[in-house]
Amino acid sequence: MYVSSTRADAPLARPGSGRGVGVTGNVIALGMVSLVTDISSEMVTAVMPLYLVTGLGLTMLQFGFLDGLYSGVTVFLRLVGGHLADRFAARKPVAVVGYGMSAVAKLGLPLVGASVPGIGAVLAADRAGKGLRTAPRDALISLSGTPEAQGRAFGVHRALDTVGAFTGPLVAFTILAAVGTAYDAVFVVSFCVGMVAVAMLVLFVRDHRDPQEHRPGWRDGARLLRDRPYRRLCVVAAVLGLVTVSDAFVYLLLQHRLEIRPHWFPLLPLGTAGVYLVLALPLGRLADRIGRRRVFLAGHGALLAAYLFLGGPLGGVPLLLTVLALHGVFYAATDGVLSAAVGARLPAAGRAGGMAVVQTGQAVGRFASSMVFGALWTAWGPATAIRVLAVALAVALFGSTLALAGRRVRATRPTEVHDVR
Amino acid sequence: MSVDIDADAPVRPVVTRRRVLVFALVLVLLAGVAIGYTVYAVRREDDRLYGGAGTAPGGPPLSLVGAPRLLFRSTESGPGYGRLATVAAADPGGPRTVGERSCDRVYAAGGTAVCLATEGGLTRTPVALVLDANLRQVRRIELAGTPNRARVSASGRMASWTVFVYGDSYASMTFSTRTSILDTRTGELTANLEDFTTTRDGKELKSPDRNFWGVTFTADDNTFYATLSTNTTGRTYLVRGDLAARTMTVLRENVECPSLSPDGTRLVFKKKVSQSTRNPWRLHVLDLATMRETPLAETHSVDDQAIWIDDHTVGYALPTGSGAAGDVWSVPADGGGAPARLVVGGFSPAPLR
Repeated sequence: MYVSSTRADAPLARPGSGRGVGVTGNVIALGMVSLVTDISSEMVTAVMPLYLVTGLGLTMLQFGFLDGLYSGVTVFLRLVGGHLADRFAARKPVAVVGYGMSAVAKLGLPLVGASVPGIGAVLAADRAGKGLRTAPRDALISLSGTPEAQGRAFGVHRALDTVGAFTGPLVAFTILAAVGTAYDAVFVVSFCVGMVAVAMLVLFVRDHRDPQEHRPGWRDGARLLRDRPYRRLCVVAAVLGLVTVSDAFVYLLLQHRLEIRPHWFPLLPLGTAGVYLVLALPLGRLADRIGRRRVFLAGHGALLAAYLFLGGPLGGVPLLLTVLALHGVFYAATDGVLSAAVGARLPAAGRAGGMAVVQTGQAVGRFASSMVFGALWTAWGPATAIRVLAVALAVALFGSTLALAGRRVRATRPTEVHDVR
Repeated sequence: MSVDIDADAPVRPVVTRRRVLVFALVLVLLAGVAIGYTVYAVRREDDRLYGGAGTAPGGPPLSLVGAPRLLFRSTESGPGYGRLATVAAADPGGPRTVGERSCDRVYAAGGTAVCLATEGGLTRTPVALVLDANLRQVRRIELAGTPNRARVSASGRMASWTVFVYGDSYASMTFSTRTSILDTRTGELTANLEDFTTTRDGKELKSPDRNFWGVTFTADDNTFYATLSTNTTGRTYLVRGDLAARTMTVLRENVECPSLSPDGTRLVFKKKVSQSTRNPWRLHVLDLATMRETPLAETHSVDDQAIWIDDHTVGYALPTGSGAAGDVWSVPADGGGAPARLVVGGFSPAPLR
């Protein structure tokens, strides 16, 4: 089936040629959409504290509380987005709605003014858009690459995405310097930038054309879970999510150990992101070559090493650099790679829903892990908490390796990929 | 658009000349909207803040010593917007003297002032400036977030400030606070109160998400009061701290932004009286000997660390409803009387005795 791909499709560099990026322009286009969207959203994130406190005279204490109420929205909407995209073979339209919703939400901020429920509702809409678009977008990325090149497709996308996360704050501060206290200008510019991304998506990204009349329903989604390797991947992702400490805690632990000066603290996530940016594509390519599950598991090995360093005797700058590097490796080896591993297993018509299920499982696991880790920290202190989690991760990793061992299915067997129908 | 694409083939993007042209048009249109609106908004803000007929900087230079006055940040629309200003304590509604220095928040006592300000163009660094009695800069400390509270001990020796920090949020958008204390005599800086040992009912509190803010010092320049909160419970507590011992003890629940009276017997503070997001707080006075609370006559929700104008009167800022503008008000500390507007177009008051 995939023989035709090399004829009809013209990747920027042919997969397997060993040189070049080796992904289709569709992936680049999707990556650019994410990049520009990140600039748009980072602008708002950067001005929010000043806007709320200085501009509106609000307290962030109330705001933080309100915000927490909406955090659960995205997890649910991710499943909805995935399902709708499959159901109506409408990955691109659902993604457009998601991206559009987040862009339009930016205009809501100046409109609701100082109303705390209003601001909460706008942020909920923004986040709902993010929830809706993620699974259809990842399905599009997956369908835009050959099965052998899933890893590099996601690697390229995630690298471009991270460039946006780096650029966004810079753009935001440039605009802020120009506008002073005219915060609504930042929101309007953010809306315009967001709409550029939507235009790129509408004009340049092409949806996959589904041949069959059959429209997958919820039941087909459940049937996907009968595919044993896919099911194992879902369970492994959720279980490993359950022993993955949230980023905030990693940085808090570093701060706790190293007494990092406060104004350096916001730079810690950039360390992780920098390593991620550099390694996303190489590790994606490596995953295509030696096996995505293997790289996914190895990524969690890097995370385990980071835990051990955090709970170990090493200190100072070496600890800081080692942990941030390992944390970046963990993301580069797991984030896009998981989607690549899943994408290669799923039929085209059920790809968005299938991606949503595995990502949701992982997200729920990580959410639970944050709560548990917070409680452990409170009860036993940070050092013991991270050591306990290291042991749990080691056990989970061992079990996951057993569960996935010997079941590395070569993605180039399309018959197996499609037999779910 | 071609239709000869295989159903299962990886998808190519559609980059036709027409689409590129449409995209260029969209880009120009959106850029026009963005630039046009920015120019409009900047002009509007400039006009709102600096276009009025408020007092311009000038006259005798501001100083922290001399006749009793009220120091504050002027928020009158005009050339003096955002700058430090004073009015006579006996006639707070009278003419104001506006200085050259701009601060987002200020407090002064005993010949020392703390000015929390934002410096620079592109990078916009929030800083805490320690100023001497002639408002000359003695020390500059870069801050990690948005300035929120500032206080100086009565002797002028100890200074404290609180900033909101966004980076280490536990949920995606929540904030945390960082409170620092500076000994201006020795130069020793306690960067983060979270490093102190905090006990409640004899047990050490270790929750990683505890936040402190709103310090107020006693006359010995070592004991202080402050607010403790944890994100998980959302509750606030009054703590009493010992700077030398680096410890804090929880005294009471539901006390925010305490401020100690000049005679050291009472605290005025924000008490949460409603879950409403519009009017959550009411000013109360806590008698430290009896631990009795008295609600004050101000019924508006006050989100400020109040000050003591004298032993019988507290002062605070209230927003006027439009953006950053505010007025300074006062109310009797015994729960009687009625609020009175002291300064129109002022924020972050500090009494100069």
